[in-house]
Amino acid sequence: MSLLEIGNLSLSIGGTPILRNIELSVSPGEVMGLVGESGSGKSMTALTIMQLLPWVARATGRVTFDGVDILAASEDQMCALRGDDIGMVFQEPMTALNPVKTIGEQVAEGIRWHTRASRADAEERARKMLDRVGLPSAQFPLSRYPHELSGGQRQRVVIAIACALKPKLLIADEPTTALDVVLQAQILDLLRDLVAENRMGLLLISHDLAVVTEMADRITILRHGEVMEAGDTARTLSEQLHPYTRQLAQASMHVPARAKTYEVGQGKPLLQVAKPLLQVERVTRDYPGRRTSLFKRSAPTRAVDNVSFSMISGQSVALVGRSGCGKSTLARLVLALDEPTSGAIRFRGQDIAGKSEADLKSARRDMQVVFQDPYGSFDPRQKVERLVAEPLHVLERKPDSAERREMVAKALHEVGLSPRDMDKYPHEFSGGQRQRLSIARAIITRPKLVVADEPVSALDVSIRAQILDLFAGLNQKLGIAYLFITHDLTVARAITDEVMVMHDGRIVERGKTSEVLDHPQSEAARALVTAAPDLHRAIARRLREQE
Amino acid sequence: MTLRFDLPEENLAGILAKAFRNRSFLAGFVITALVAAVALLSYVWTPDDVTKLVIADKTLGPSPANWFGTDHFGRDILSMIMVGARNSIAVALVAVGIGMGIGVPLGAFAAVRGGLIDEALMRLNDLVFAFPALLSAIMITAIFGPGAINAIIAIGIFNIPVFARVARAGALAIWPREFILAARAAGKGKMLITLEHVLPNIVTLLLVQGTIQFALGILAEAGLSYVGLGTQPPMPSWGRMLFDAQTRMVVAPWMAIFPGMAIVITVLGLNLLGDGIADILDPRSRRQR
Repeated sequence: MSLLEIGNLSLSIGGTPILRNIELSVSPGEVMGLVGESGSGKSMTALTIMQLLPWVARATGRVTFDGVDILAASEDQMCALRGDDIGMVFQEPMTALNPVKTIGEQVAEGIRWHTRASRADAEERARKMLDRVGLPSAQFPLSRYPHELSGGQRQRVVIAIACALKPKLLIADEPTTALDVVLQAQILDLLRDLVAENRMGLLLISHDLAVVTEMADRITILRHGEVMEAGDTARTLSEQLHPYTRQLAQASMHVPARAKTYEVGQGKPLLQVAKPLLQVERVTRDYPGRRTSLFKRSAPTRAVDNVSFSMISGQSVALVGRSGCGKSTLARLVLALDEPTSGAIRFRGQDIAGKSEADLKSARRDMQVVFQDPYGSFDPRQKVERLVAEPLHVLERKPDSAERREMVAKALHEVGLSPRDMDKYPHEFSGGQRQRLSIARAIITRPKLVVADEPVSALDVSIRAQILDLFAGLNQKLGIAYLFITHDLTVARAITDEVMVMHDGRIVERGKTSEVLDHPQSEAARALVTAAPDLHRAIARRLREQE
Repeated sequence: MTLRFDLPEENLAGILAKAFRNRSFLAGFVITALVAAVALLSYVWTPDDVTKLVIADKTLGPSPANWFGTDHFGRDILSMIMVGARNSIAVALVAVGIGMGIGVPLGAFAAVRGGLIDEALMRLNDLVFAFPALLSAIMITAIFGPGAINAIIAIGIFNIPVFARVARAGALAIWPREFILAARAAGKGKMLITLEHVLPNIVTLLLVQGTIQFALGILAEAGLSYVGLGTQPPMPSWGRMLFDAQTRMVVAPWMAIFPGMAIVITVLGLNLLGDGIADILDPRSRRQR
């Protein structure tokens, strides 16, 4: 007997069909994985179950939860169900909590509302729940505010709220997407334990096939609002009968073909072989502490701690580490967008730390950047032509407008876009296309080094595979060196020669990509490698379990 | 180095086409144009001479001869409103100009520099803010003598901190965005980034604030004239007319109603216009009706 039964569900919003004939069921104690790329209707399915759809939405079909017809239920009935029998965990722990209420109040709120318990009772239960999700009372009293917690801790609070009343069904919509791999593994473990303890049904929504494979008993693959394939996780993914399943699985494991030209020589460190392109020497960056009174500040935070490394032309290096380890700060230092507190950074032998913008011009020509967020990295009020042409500003001789258009057209062509796209605005492009624009902007001056800060982590798997191919191709064709900042080891494995592992502001390990990822030496590297979800491993483990 | 302040890059035809689909812009444009036309018309023609006093015709109600009635000196109210429009609009427009012209660069500069300079500028701002604007304007005009010019300067000065604050807050929200970082990585200086990226992105905020300040400017001019420190008689102004109407509200309500309506309609028109322009300038609102 299923807990949740969805049959023939179709949904349209304002006349636009969103979902078509969705079939889905979740039994008590079962984990159902709902996988799909952005826009496939995953979240809309979840919102339909919760009846939290915008009012213009029209749903038809059958959604039965525990004997209740959800589509016909009144708002009062739904209020009783939501939070009590159905809990929900959202993607963004930063915004899912109310910043002006303590975590205790927020967990107790649902308990008091649904059970009419007294404040003291509710707080008692909230306390127990927070203990259960790994926030013990000694360090995390109920009086803490969300901003005093880290991202992973906040997600634990969100889970505590969702599970406080021991719901029969928990819907987790991308619960770990905003977290780094180590936190992701911890949160997934927690969810798995809670399912086992309470015989709770879990509908796990994710774009990450590896995560779902590790967690889910059965899997449903959505695309364009339709179910492509559904069934037992291990069988579905090992047989890959449906072409889309195959496409998704291949894209998640995609490794671009690239000739390995920059391998580290036999035991000989590269920097002695070739003239280094980039040298970072004993660089430290402190941020001043918070002002505690008018004249006093707390101790400064050390974001980057005595880091030294070097890169040669054409080399592709990954900088991996957990969130907050100082990766992005280091990237900014390399790009001369921030000044080191001490230490030296040399680019092509030229000192770039602490130089004025005018002195940096020639270095800027050869050094470009690709950011993570394909939406935020373009001025929404300018057209592509001007956005992509922006770095031309540093050229010795300013191109005239015909030359400029010519150069932009060439750059667009190189990243697989049409020169006709020049007169569009950034909002007219999809996420993947925008990341191509970002790359076009980075290569227009023919730089020697591109620093890419999580360039594919906001993209869908199939798009991600294409962008990785593009990066690899440009590395081959133009000989651009990459400094890839990522928390995703599959990305590092796919396109880099060397990996540097960063932890608490220090580089704790460096070596050939395959060696570091297969045989990590340091504690930090081991933590990253074991926590990283891996589709191959997950499928193999599932199959073993079934035998 | 050539600095260009670009509005969204769209050809004129595209912007016009968008403007004509935007109802709020159209309505605002029509109302504002009408008010401006009336003000211009008053230079060449008014139904009656506003300096001609006919005591025999005092406080007559609306009639075919005097559409909006006459005031306590027997002047035609319609004519006075037409002539008054010139003053009110000119005072408010120049005052907003002063406020924007000084306040926006100040706010943008504070956002760029940060630290002590930002702090000092903003506290100075607060100081100006702390004085009740109208009261201070009364003070200024009392010292330098009443008159339209001094009223403009007084209202303008108190517009500066408003625009400085809005510009700074808007700029601070734009600076941490990634596209600014990208522009910096492309080697652009802070001045250039402010002109090319920051200001175009806060233009909406500034326009909306501008229409609000314009409306407040008209009201402030009315207020100053009301206490006799703005436009001097015999030159009519909307605020003065309201002042004169005050003691005669019961016997001659039209003396208050018509100038009051003129103020309301002008302010409404400007607000609609400001909203409309803000919509049109946003490239994301292309499909909007």
